[in-house]
Amino acid sequence: MSVLVYTENWDGKFKKLSFELVSYASGVAKMAGTSVTAVSIGKVDDTELKKLGNYGASKIVAVTNEKLSTLDNQAYASVISEIALKENSGVIIISNNNAGKAIAPRLSVRLKAGVGSGVSRLPLNLNPFTVYKRTYSGNAFAHLVIKSDIKILTLAQNSFDLAETPGNSCMIENFSLTVDEAHLKTVVKDVQKQTGKILLTDADIVVSGGRGMKSPDNWSPLTELASLLGAATACSRPVSDEGWRPHDEHTGQTGKIIAPNLYIAVGISGATQHLAGISSSKYIVAINTDKDAPIFEAAQYGIVGDAMKILPKLVEAVKAKK
Amino acid sequence: MKILVCISNVPDTTTKIKFAEGNASVDTAGIQWVINPWDELSLTRALELKDNPANGVNSVTVVHVGTAASEPTIRKALAIGADDAIRVNADSSDAFFVAAQIAEVVRKEQFDIIMCGIESSDYNGSLVGGMISEFLGIPSVSAVSDLKIENGQPLLTREIDGGKEVVSVSVPLVAIVQKGIAKEPRIAAMRGIMMARTKPVKLVEPMAVESLTQVVVFEKPAPRAACKYIDAENPAQLIDLLQNEAKVI
Ligand SMILES: Cc1cc2nc3c(=O)[nH]c(=O)nc-3n(C[C@H](O)[C@H](O)[C@H](O)COP(=O)(O)OP(=O)(O)OC[C@H]3O[C@@H](n4cnc5c(N)ncnc54)[C@H](O)[C@@H]3O)c2cc1C
Ligand SMILES: Nc1ncnc2c1ncn2[C@@H]1O[C@H](COP(=O)(O)O)[C@@H](O)[C@H]1O
Repeated sequence: MSVLVYTENWDGKFKKLSFELVSYASGVAKMAGTSVTAVSIGKVDDTELKKLGNYGASKIVAVTNEKLSTLDNQAYASVISEIALKENSGVIIISNNNAGKAIAPRLSVRLKAGVGSGVSRLPLNLNPFTVYKRTYSGNAFAHLVIKSDIKILTLAQNSFDLAETPGNSCMIENFSLTVDEAHLKTVVKDVQKQTGKILLTDADIVVSGGRGMKSPDNWSPLTELASLLGAATACSRPVSDEGWRPHDEHTGQTGKIIAPNLYIAVGISGATQHLAGISSSKYIVAINTDKDAPIFEAAQYGIVGDAMKILPKLVEAVKAKK
Repeated sequence: MKILVCISNVPDTTTKIKFAEGNASVDTAGIQWVINPWDELSLTRALELKDNPANGVNSVTVVHVGTAASEPTIRKALAIGADDAIRVNADSSDAFFVAAQIAEVVRKEQFDIIMCGIESSDYNGSLVGGMISEFLGIPSVSAVSDLKIENGQPLLTREIDGGKEVVSVSVPLVAIVQKGIAKEPRIAAMRGIMMARTKPVKLVEPMAVESLTQVVVFEKPAPRAACKYIDAENPAQLIDLLQNEAKVI
């Protein structure tokens, strides 16, 4: 039995998310007394692949077929399931990001493997195999028993601490396969990518504004604070609906679900649907004129006051620290 | 072209969740049930596509796996504008079970586009749509923020990390939809509510499928530490605390 982890790459590079996944897989492997095999699909050089070894992968199966350059989740699930069977994997770990959400359910059906999705902690128990899973948009957590022989876990991003394993040895195995083009059914017509912006889902710090920011013209102290902190910017739903901020910044139940170390909510009331997207943040700061706003119940630090006065002072305070 | 919209029946998103049976289940007393928000938007988009004859959409059917208790939610979908509905008469506690049932419905009735939401607001699984496609061996596109039909072919926009991709996929396919798929959910008008009463709801008995997962106990999220207030006149203190106490900046 082994623990298999699928590590996605971005133009041949891994990011923190990849190392979190391997750290988590190592935690599970330790509980089960087994080792971690990582699967990589796409062109990634050996030095980059070896980085996965620093977090405990003892074997890396590298699939470098050119035809798998765009995410065709049918093809990806077939490759990963083939490797899982070959490696005799009892547990398969995948990110709960967009790609992971596309692959995991297909893999589940192929392998008849139950899925615990969006986990953020190590399994509670291996026998019966029980995971701690977010349900009801963060208003409840479930102890979910996975009854199948093979278990699939999708890990919530930013929810598991990196754990380096110095001195771990790691081998790379190239896995070649023939991809029948008739099976690749997703044809990409156009790609639009933002560059130079910290991705909301990757960010350790997020500064977010709500309707309390009053107008799209008031955002400059907020974005300045974000850039000084190396943070991504976010917003509540009405703000993106009004077109004050781009749609990809909207957090909450119907937007992005994030778990940064620090979430600064400015002029956001803290409706349950908003909290559903941010309640896994390690620290929440609330800045709001209304002392009774529900956001203060979720926050660890709060300032009751006018954002327009407070934001510039925060900007000055951060500058003074630099 | 025939569209099938999968709808799940969930507690209204402001519901305070309480548990019953020694925390083994959710207490349903007093819960207001609604169509899962994503499914409401996906139904809206399906109806928008049907509205324009150029798209060649002949019918929009909704499917739900659930007991008679979810009939009002199905009627609501019909009132919003779905042509007919199929209910698979079973408890829906496991994504694998639900997807297997819906796949069977598709095998029997043949749909071209099957639409699912990216996540149900109760199980938060993000599983059912992808599973249906694998059961049927057909393509799926996930995180879809736009769905059009051009020259009889679906054209989908999907979200990728830090951007978007426009992809074309042949039918039949499963579109797993998220933010952007429709602006506002369409609401039922009086006429729709009247008409819904006479629209057909087909009842299907479930196939025998073993579920792969089971919730054994629920718990509330761990309470957070009480909020520490910082004087509005001295916000610099917040930066100090974030740096030296929380150690997050
Ligand atoms: C099905 C459904 C899904 C939803 N999904 C989401 C979602 O994903 N994300 C989301 O965000 N919402 C979502 N909503 C909407 C949600 O219910 C709230 O309406 C929304 O979050 C409120 O946004 P807000 O906090 O920016 O605005 P408001 O609720 O209007 O709050 C503005 C806050 O700013 C404060 N304020 C005013 N002036 C100032 C000032 N000068 N300085 C500081 N503070 C000030 C006010 O005291 C108030 O607390 C959803 C709703 C539904 C029904
Ligand atoms: N019981 C159900 N009946 C019909 N469709 C469902 C059911 N449960 C989930 N779905 C569909 O699958 C999507 C994702 O649900 P989930 O995998 O539970 O997060 C939902 O948005 C629905 O479109």
